Amino acid sequence: MSTDEKVERHTIAILVDNEAGVLARVVGLFSGRGYNIESLTVGEVDQAEHTSRITVVTAGTPMVIEQIKAQLDRLVPVHKVMDLTVETNSVEREMALVKVAGTGERRVEALRLSDAFRARVIDTTHTSFVFEVTGTSSKIDAFIGLMRPLGLVDVSRTGVVAIARGPEAM
Amino acid sequence: MAAHEMTGAEIVIKALVDQGVDTIFGYPGGAVLPIYDALFQQNNIRHILVRHEQGAVHAAEGYARSTGKPGVVLVTSGPGATNAVTGLTDALMDSIPIVCLTGQVATHLIGSDAFQECDTVGITRHCTKHNWLVKSAPELARVMHEAFYVATHGRPGPVVIDIPKDVQFQKGEYAGPQNVVHRTYRPKVKGDIDKIKEAVDLIANAKKPVFYTGGGVINSGNLASQLLREFVRLTGYPITSTLMGLGAYPASDKQWLGMLGMHGTFEANNAMHDCDVLINIGARFDDRVTGRLDAFAPNSKKIHVDIDASSINKNVRIDVGIVGDCAHVLEDMLRIWKSKARRPDKDALADWWKQIETWRGRKSLSFKTSEDVIKPQQAIQRLYELSKHRETYITTEVGQHQMWAAQHFPFEEPKHWMTSGGLGTMGYGLPAAVGVQIAHPDALVIDIAGEASIQMCMQEISTAVQFMLPVKIFILNNEYMGMVRQWQELLHEGRYSHSYSDSLPDFVKLAEAYGATGIRAEKPSELDAAIRKMIETPGPVIFDCMVDKFENCYPMIPSGAAHNEMILGDDAEGATVSEEGKMLV
Repeated sequence: MSTDEKVERHTIAILVDNEAGVLARVVGLFSGRGYNIESLTVGEVDQAEHTSRITVVTAGTPMVIEQIKAQLDRLVPVHKVMDLTVETNSVEREMALVKVAGTGERRVEALRLSDAFRARVIDTTHTSFVFEVTGTSSKIDAFIGLMRPLGLVDVSRTGVVAIARGPEAM
Repeated sequence: MAAHEMTGAEIVIKALVDQGVDTIFGYPGGAVLPIYDALFQQNNIRHILVRHEQGAVHAAEGYARSTGKPGVVLVTSGPGATNAVTGLTDALMDSIPIVCLTGQVATHLIGSDAFQECDTVGITRHCTKHNWLVKSAPELARVMHEAFYVATHGRPGPVVIDIPKDVQFQKGEYAGPQNVVHRTYRPKVKGDIDKIKEAVDLIANAKKPVFYTGGGVINSGNLASQLLREFVRLTGYPITSTLMGLGAYPASDKQWLGMLGMHGTFEANNAMHDCDVLINIGARFDDRVTGRLDAFAPNSKKIHVDIDASSINKNVRIDVGIVGDCAHVLEDMLRIWKSKARRPDKDALADWWKQIETWRGRKSLSFKTSEDVIKPQQAIQRLYELSKHRETYITTEVGQHQMWAAQHFPFEEPKHWMTSGGLGTMGYGLPAAVGVQIAHPDALVIDIAGEASIQMCMQEISTAVQFMLPVKIFILNNEYMGMVRQWQELLHEGRYSHSYSDSLPDFVKLAEAYGATGIRAEKPSELDAAIRKMIETPGPVIFDCMVDKFENCYPMIPSGAAHNEMILGDDAEGATVSEEGKMLV
C-alpha cells in the first residue's frame, strides 16, 4: 500500500546484545519481509556489556521505514533502535580500500587525484597502489569513479557507520 | 556450591517445575534421551506422548489457549524439530505462548551433518519469537527462565530452546526464576495516557462507531474481556470481532454483530465500511478482515490498541495508535470515560442502530434446510443446541467447516474457541482438542472438522485413546476440500482440480480400529439422536456427519473486494472475482 508515497533513504542504528545469531535475526527480518538493505555494518562496541552496534542503510516509503523500525525494536536481543536520518542530526562515514594498477602517466594521475580526496597510500608496488579513503558514501563513489579509467582493479568498502551529533549517547 | 549442581536434564525438569508446568507434550528420540530419563524419575510433570511432533505443538497450543498458561513441548533433534515447525509457525501467527525444547546432537558434532542433526535455531529463527542454542549446562537454567518470560510477556509467541545431548549430561548450577532478569526485553503494557484521552474523545463524539476486537483481548486474560464488556455496554456501541477474538464478547448480547471479514456477517462488514470511528482493540487488520485496503472503512477515524507496536500502521493507517496491553488500556479508557462523565450521542446512535438493524434484517447467515440431506450449518446449530448445557470447548480444522463453526456456534466466554486463524493449518483441530481436554478433563471438547483436514493429524486419535481423553471429532463430511472447491467455483469456472476427497476411509471403522467409537449420521432425522449419543459416549468419538456436498460458505467478501461488496448466500449464483482479486490468496 501507499505506493503514492516517496521512497526515502534512512540510516538506522541498532544496539543489540552480542549473542549468537543476532545478525542473522536482523538480516533475516529484512529479507523475510522484503525490505532493502543498501549497506550494513556491525561491530562490538562494548566488550564488557557484550553489545554490538549495527548500522543499516535502507530505503522505503515513510510507512515502510516506520514498520522496519517497529519490527527491529521487537526483536528480543535489541536494546535500542534509532533513526539517524530523522531523529537527530548525524554524521556518516564509510571507508574504502581501493587498488589501482598501472604505470607511467596514469599512475601519476591516480596519486595526484588521491591527494585531492585525502586518500592515503597504504601499500605500493612498482605497478600498483592501495588507497585508503574515508568519507560519505558519495565521496567514495566519486573517488572510485575517477580511478576507474586509471587502472582500478579492486575495491573493498566497509559500509556506512553513523553517529548522532552532540553530547548524548544513543 | 557442588550441592546445587545437577545435570542439564535435571535442570530442565527443575526449571519446568519452578515455572509451574504440570504437563508437557512430546515425543522421545536419541537426542533427548537424558531428559526423558529425568522425566522417568519424577512425578511432578505429566508427559503426553503424541504420535507426531506437529501434534505435540498443536496440543500445547490447545492447552495454552484454553488455560492462558504457556504450552510446553519436548521433541528430539532433526526430524523432531522440523516436524514441529508447522506448529511453531501456527503459534507465531496466532500469538500463542509455547516453550518448545528440542534435542540437538552433541556440541562437538554440531556442523558435521551428524545423524538427526539439523540447524534447529536457523530453521526456527523465522517461526519463533526467539530461540536459543544452549552450549553449556551452567547457562541452561537462565535460558529456561528467560524462555518462559519471553514466550508469555508482550505479544505472546513460541520460543525454542535447542539443547545438545552432551549439555543434558553435563553438570551445572541451578538458579530459580526469581534470579533471572532478562537483559533487554521489556514490553510496554501501559498505554500512553494522552493517546488514550484522545481516543476516548473520539469514541465519545462518534456518530457511527464500531468496536472491532481480536485475539489480543483473549490473550490479555479474562480481565480484558470483562473490561471490554463493561466499556461496550457503557457506550451502547455495536461490536464485532475477528475469528481469533470470538468469545471475548458474548454472542447472545444484542450489541454483538457477529464475526467480521471474508465470511463475516452482512451487518458487521457494513458497519465497518460505514463507520466514522473504528475502535480496534487487540486485532491486527489481517487481510481476511480488511478486504480491499483502499476501500476499508474509508470514512473513519481509526483507533488501534495493540501490544505490538509493529502492528500499528502496518496494513492500515491509524489516527490514534496506542501501544499497550488490552486490559491496561481498557481500564484507563473506562476510568477516563467515567471521570469525564462522557455520554454517547444518543440521537446519532439511535440512527446508527436503525441502519444496522436493516442490515441485520438481511439475515446473511440464513440457509435452506432440506428433508433429505443434512446442511452443514444445521449440523453445527444442532451441535450447539445439544451441547450448550455443558462446559464446551470447540476446536476446528481449516476450511468451510471452520467458517461455519465460527458463524453458527455462538461463544459466550473467552478461551473456549481454538482455531488456526493466521496460518490456517489443516490438522490443527484434533491435537488442539487433545491439549484442551488434558487441561479440562471434565469438559466437553469437540473438534469440528472436515473429512480432508482431519486426515492431516488423524494419528492423534491414538493419543486420545491412550490417555482416555473423551474428545469428540465432529466431521462435516462433504467429500470435498470444500473451501478449495468453493474458490475453484468462484475463480476457475468450476474446474475442480484435485479437490475431491477420494478413497476416504470408513470413519466409523477407523474409530473402532483405534479403540474409539464411530457414529454416522446421514439424514436430518437422525442428527439429534446421533449427536446426543456422541455427547453421552464416555470416550473419544469420531462422528461422520454426511452433509450436503455442494453447500458453500456465505456470506463472502471475494478477494479484492470491499466490505460493502459481499456475496450473500441467496444471490451467490454466477458471482465472480475481479482479475486483481484472483491474484490474492
